[in-house]
Amino acid sequence: MTVRIRVIPCLDVANGRVVKGVNFVDLQDAGDPVEQAQAYDAAGADELCFLDITASHEKRDTIIDVVRRTAEVCFMPVTVGGGVRTADDARALLMAGADKVAVNSAAVARPEVVSDIATRFGSQCMVASIDARRVAEGRWEIFTHGGRTPTGIDALEHALRLAKLGAGELLVTSMDRDGTRDGYDLELVRTIADAVSIPVVASGGVGNLDHLVEGVTRGHANAVLAASIFHFGEHSIAEAHDALRAAGLPART
Amino acid sequence: MSETIALIDFGAGNLHSVHNALMAAGAGNVAVTADPVIVAQADRIILPGVGAFGACRDALFAIDGMIDALEQRVGKDGVPFLGICVGMQMLADKGIEYGAHDGLGWIGGTVKAIEPADERIKIPHMGWNDVTPTAGHELLESGEAYYLHGYHFDVADEADILATTSHGGSLVAAVGRDNIVGVQFHPEKSQAYGLAFLQQFLEWKP
Repeated sequence: MTVRIRVIPCLDVANGRVVKGVNFVDLQDAGDPVEQAQAYDAAGADELCFLDITASHEKRDTIIDVVRRTAEVCFMPVTVGGGVRTADDARALLMAGADKVAVNSAAVARPEVVSDIATRFGSQCMVASIDARRVAEGRWEIFTHGGRTPTGIDALEHALRLAKLGAGELLVTSMDRDGTRDGYDLELVRTIADAVSIPVVASGGVGNLDHLVEGVTRGHANAVLAASIFHFGEHSIAEAHDALRAAGLPART
Repeated sequence: MSETIALIDFGAGNLHSVHNALMAAGAGNVAVTADPVIVAQADRIILPGVGAFGACRDALFAIDGMIDALEQRVGKDGVPFLGICVGMQMLADKGIEYGAHDGLGWIGGTVKAIEPADERIKIPHMGWNDVTPTAGHELLESGEAYYLHGYHFDVADEADILATTSHGGSLVAAVGRDNIVGVQFHPEKSQAYGLAFLQQFLEWKP
């Protein structure tokens, strides 16, 4: 066959605790990210994404501890995003057991952080986040601070720049769709995916299994990220794989 | 289980993940080590590695006495050896990634960029893909494993290829000869398939 389309559940973590977490299994501690990661590992998730939304800088190390404890018991690839500003931040996460780090705001302020990380640790671990809003027909702009702050930077140009600087993957999130359950911004994902030679993960807005399939068939993504449809037990990872396969796409069995 | 498994520490990013997976696969005594004396007495040796070929190679070769210890213990004494990802690629004669760098030269060939003819094929090769055994090797079973690499091992002698995968053409998934095996995929990140592979390696009597 060929490389499988990846289904990636994403857990938001603040101060070492899961926010809006999983409730489809009996958990001893519903806020423990490690226990939730294990549930997804057992369910056959293709990768896991932790998004660290810890606001205070003093508590940044809590995510390192989460990654270390996750790596002891989960044997799937883990990407960690949120708060990665320097190559040393990336190193701490990678040495704790993360396989990839996602960089967003820092790469807006200083795109060279992408080449710093790629040069030291390899492009394969360097995921560049593209958080964008539609500003005109066929045009998107990079927004920071959870989608509140416009930057004036064109999303496609930014994506091309970060790919050239050595990103090994792009995580493309529509800040218009995030949390809406209306589906990905397929035009945004496709515009970027068709323009770069590295893999693209579609993110933001998944409300059902058809949205995952569309992310690939119409968005041309190589991986599909979602949160709530998995966390609340509406759909399992196996159902997501089945839906992809039913659409003629390669997915794990 | 009095066997000592030496997991070589040259600063590779997947060192701890490989260690965790070995423990989950039932390994007894794993020495995470940069000490050639321990390597020279180990019963099994595992070489991890992620990132760029040259950086990994330089870090490994910079450990005083390590290459001699490896050549003695693996090449002459014949203890089982496993290389993972760049740890597998370093078995090659050389790697061409940010310049040309000499490898261990235990398996003939060159590590070079994956260059698919079809420009829609995404590089790095990232995700779950087939492990298709080609040589009937006892450690390699047909299945799905996780790959994460932009460079691949172009093996000189086809007899050294143990398994392949497919991403814009055939790519080498595993190499080996006698007591040496190397895998391009990440057993430490390949859930049940990966843990079963590591368990088999721990029991392997080549």
